[in-house]
Amino acid sequence: MSNIDWQQVWTSALWTAQMIGWSLLVLVTLLVIIAFLLLMDRKVWAAVQMRRGPNVVGPFGLFQSFADLLKFAFKEPIIPSGADKAIFLLAPVATALCALAAWAVIPVNEGWWGRWVVSDLNVGLLYILAISSLGVYGVIMGGWASNSKYPFMGSLRSAAQMVSYEVSIGLVIICVVLCVGSLNMTDIVNAQKTGIGTSLGLTNSALDWYWLALLPMFVVFFISALAETNRPPFDLPEAESELVAGYMVEYSSTPYLLFMLGEYVAITTMCALTTILFLGGWLPPVDIWPLNALPGLLWFLLKVIAVFFMFSMVKAMVPRYRYDQLMRLGWKVFLPLSLFMVVVVAAVLQFGGLAP
Amino acid sequence: MTQLINDYLPLVIFLAVSGGIAGALMIAPFLIAYRNPDPEKVSAYECGFEAFDDARMNFDVRFYLVAILFIIFDLEIAFLFPWAVAFKDAGLYGFWAVMIFLGILTIGFAYEWRKGALEWD
Repeated sequence: MSNIDWQQVWTSALWTAQMIGWSLLVLVTLLVIIAFLLLMDRKVWAAVQMRRGPNVVGPFGLFQSFADLLKFAFKEPIIPSGADKAIFLLAPVATALCALAAWAVIPVNEGWWGRWVVSDLNVGLLYILAISSLGVYGVIMGGWASNSKYPFMGSLRSAAQMVSYEVSIGLVIICVVLCVGSLNMTDIVNAQKTGIGTSLGLTNSALDWYWLALLPMFVVFFISALAETNRPPFDLPEAESELVAGYMVEYSSTPYLLFMLGEYVAITTMCALTTILFLGGWLPPVDIWPLNALPGLLWFLLKVIAVFFMFSMVKAMVPRYRYDQLMRLGWKVFLPLSLFMVVVVAAVLQFGGLAP
Repeated sequence: MTQLINDYLPLVIFLAVSGGIAGALMIAPFLIAYRNPDPEKVSAYECGFEAFDDARMNFDVRFYLVAILFIIFDLEIAFLFPWAVAFKDAGLYGFWAVMIFLGILTIGFAYEWRKGALEWD
């Protein structure tokens, strides 16, 4: 009865508290960064259209996203009378939860302190693929539970689009895994320390990263990431001119905010994934002083922001795709192309004697 | 076992914390915002009309077809993951086994392409 090992209990409690602390730190930092990325998105969009964008709240409109958050929280939440209430309210939470959950395994740095990641899974990439597939549930639940026509059609389209491009994303990931021989995210970044550049006798540099060795895959991944996260030019589910706002029509207040947040978190996840898979994570572009003296976290953030800038520019410049074109691109171009590239990469690794 | 807990318990805690954040955001307006629903406000949106009929309606079979195709190809990817990780150990035998596997799938893919399962017009 009385032989409880208090030492053990104390250690476990401390460890749990520490893990909750790390999780909170990662999530709060992520949400604050996303608040500013959202502002950057709007500013870039405005700049391309020769407008000024949000510039009233705080200096240069820096606090715009926080003002928006407050506004959302004080709006009246409306639940349609015909809606299936439980699923209607569960859908936004599911979307946001699935989007946020991916960040548990994304490493942002590695140093004397160890690996900067909440959970250093050996199947990290598989976990990300799985959890980002689950995001489609939120969309389907939201569209179905609203019991209204626009959300229903919007969610069907959105779900079909998300699953179509997930196939090519999966095949691109297979290519990278073939080159690395591990599903651990930190291992993937470390494998990019050597590559084309070092085999030519250069010092460790940006030429070693997989964007060069797997250039077609990099392009396919970037475009698929746009489609997967419903970003323009593939924002069919939200095509204002035909479906009003897709599966989000009936939502208001923070339920709407959660959908929006889930979308932006998913975009940031895709940016981070592009950074890790193709742009060398936290490795400096050239491994010489003073570039390698800067903290890895800074390089990681810079690369994520650079990829996000490309997302914003695509949104600002490219006209929207038609739905049949979208499906054609996904199934008839990207799928055969990425399947072919898996075979090519495997053959080169096998017969070139380069297998990791 | 300890290794498993060390790897996956942080994941569970992370999920719980992110669920907490999402749940808190969800509940906030129900606690602090002013609510005044009326029958027009809570009716289904249909461009200002009364809803014509139920929203639980038939939909195009092609969406269903896309879902089926997705399952096939996603399963294929799930089969490729272990091979990709153990690529070196699987060796030449593994390489050709997977090439035959991909070949069979490509035949199926060509068949559904020819049958017009990928057409949207």
